[in-house]
Amino acid sequence: MNLAGFSANFTYVVTTLLLVIGLYGMIGKRNLIKKLIGLSVFQTAIFLFYIHGAVQPGGTVPVWDARFATAAQYINPLPHVLILTAIVVSVATTGVALALTVAIYRRYGTLDETALLQRMKRDS
Amino acid sequence: MTHIPVLIPAPLLLAAFLVPLAGMLHQGLVPAVALAGSAAAAAFAVLGLRKVIAEGPLHYELGNWPPPVGIEYILDPLSAFMAVVVTVTGFLSLVYFRPSARHEIPDRFVTGHAVALLLLAGLSGMVVTGDLFNLFVFLEIASLSAYALVAIGDKQAPVAAFRYLILGSLGGSFYVLGVGFLYFATGSLNMADVAERLAPIYHSRAVIAAAVLIAVAMALKMALFPLHLWLPDAYTYAPSAVAGLIAPIMTKVAAYVLIRVFLGVFQPSFAIDHIPLLPAISWLAAGGIIFGSVMAIAQQDLRRMLAYSSVSQIAYVGLGLGMANPLGLVGALLHVANHAFMKACLFFVAGSLRYRTGSVGISDLAGMGRKMPWTFAAFTVAALSMIGIPPAAGFFSKWYLLLGALEVGNGWFVAAILLSSLLNAAYFFRVLENLYAKAGGKEDESRVAEAPASMLMPTLLLAVGILVLGLLNSLIVTEMLMPVASGMYRR
Repeated sequence: MNLAGFSANFTYVVTTLLLVIGLYGMIGKRNLIKKLIGLSVFQTAIFLFYIHGAVQPGGTVPVWDARFATAAQYINPLPHVLILTAIVVSVATTGVALALTVAIYRRYGTLDETALLQRMKRDS
Repeated sequence: MTHIPVLIPAPLLLAAFLVPLAGMLHQGLVPAVALAGSAAAAAFAVLGLRKVIAEGPLHYELGNWPPPVGIEYILDPLSAFMAVVVTVTGFLSLVYFRPSARHEIPDRFVTGHAVALLLLAGLSGMVVTGDLFNLFVFLEIASLSAYALVAIGDKQAPVAAFRYLILGSLGGSFYVLGVGFLYFATGSLNMADVAERLAPIYHSRAVIAAAVLIAVAMALKMALFPLHLWLPDAYTYAPSAVAGLIAPIMTKVAAYVLIRVFLGVFQPSFAIDHIPLLPAISWLAAGGIIFGSVMAIAQQDLRRMLAYSSVSQIAYVGLGLGMANPLGLVGALLHVANHAFMKACLFFVAGSLRYRTGSVGISDLAGMGRKMPWTFAAFTVAALSMIGIPPAAGFFSKWYLLLGALEVGNGWFVAAILLSSLLNAAYFFRVLENLYAKAGGKEDESRVAEAPASMLMPTLLLAVGILVLGLLNSLIVTEMLMPVASGMYRR
């Protein structure tokens, strides 16, 4: 990829990198908190993707202004709104997940997946 | 404009907020509020279905914003049918929820009811919404409720819930990413509008990526083999009341989303010609049918056996969708209803057993058929239905799936369906043999009584429902499902 192509697709490259890092954290890491960090990175990458899609080069804020007559002169507000919702969902998910890790730690005294699976097997 | 579509999730959502208030006044009010909300939702769903069959689809514009700008709720024959399945099964699960939760999770009695209602609100919202992003919001409401409910179970439950949360959120995130691709490709989120704008750009790589992302997301959420890893632990360690609520309907609504997206938003030919997603789903499903059944045979714990059986049964729905012909879709949809009733009944029995004996090992079942005769009569009806013995309902959905497989001329699918019936028979007859043929233990001979009436009643209702669904199957198929299926493939 040449340099111009790279800078035009810069956000997509970063988004993809973050998605891969997040996925690795979720699947590759054994510690539950690290899995959770992976999930958050993954979700943040998606937020970035949406926000990038809203960009309108040279566009203005999406409040009606007589000087800007066409829709193409405004930034698209819808992805921002969608992502506000998605952020709320993501915060709630993180909250539930942290509550679960507290419950897990109290019961098993570890957050390492391998150790957890061993201790679970011992219980059942 | 009729308000029926929005009146299906609304009473559930309202009741979810009223339950904690009622709980502060008096705990006895909680089940009454929960059941009232759920009964209202079920009544509106049934009313909606009748109206849809008589007059055609119902549209509701949320906040009076016309689509495609506003969010639209739609009751068409497909979503009306699903709404009835979800709300009626949900209502019966809530009837069972009270006695079971009072016994197993007494300190989570009030919050358990509230979150269970949120779960049902999320699922019914997913069914009626006509907006891709609104679907994500309802999906996450349902999923977060499910994680929380699973986590209040046994000692191992929070670990099971955490794994469910990681994989479930991964699924949710894939879905949002897929919807993002669709939005930037079409500029719309309304399903009908997106469907129109997509048709000329099927070759676009962004659209194909979106399709793949949404397919993987929903395969994760519906626990389609090999993405089922979260399911067995979640169903096994959840409280009995929760397993009876989640197992019958949760994965089916994800399957409904796949049907909605790949036969509604996309034309059926897209996911075959442009990228072979439907064939992939059907082959994975055929594998999952066999895998789930074989794993079920190997289990010693009744709940885990039922969980693996769910992996196998949801794959039937995937197979019916993946075949991409009307008969297969009829079989899939009929199986959604049948399996909702069967799996609810079976998990209710597992819960009643745990209520009376505290154990759910298959080897502990010896002689129980005589000690809890009504409970296990219901179990037997559901088990025979799972195996596929007429006139129980399970036979008919497999019959239509088989006809669908014969129509596409795929011998492997036919073999998978037939072989899995045999495997189902193997694991259910092992249980039935323990129940009826073996003598029970000595010391608890007198202590074990029939389940209390509050648990027995919904269980028996479901058993009768399985037989009624079986007897009425031709009516359901000709009046409802056949028009739905041929309508989706005609475009």
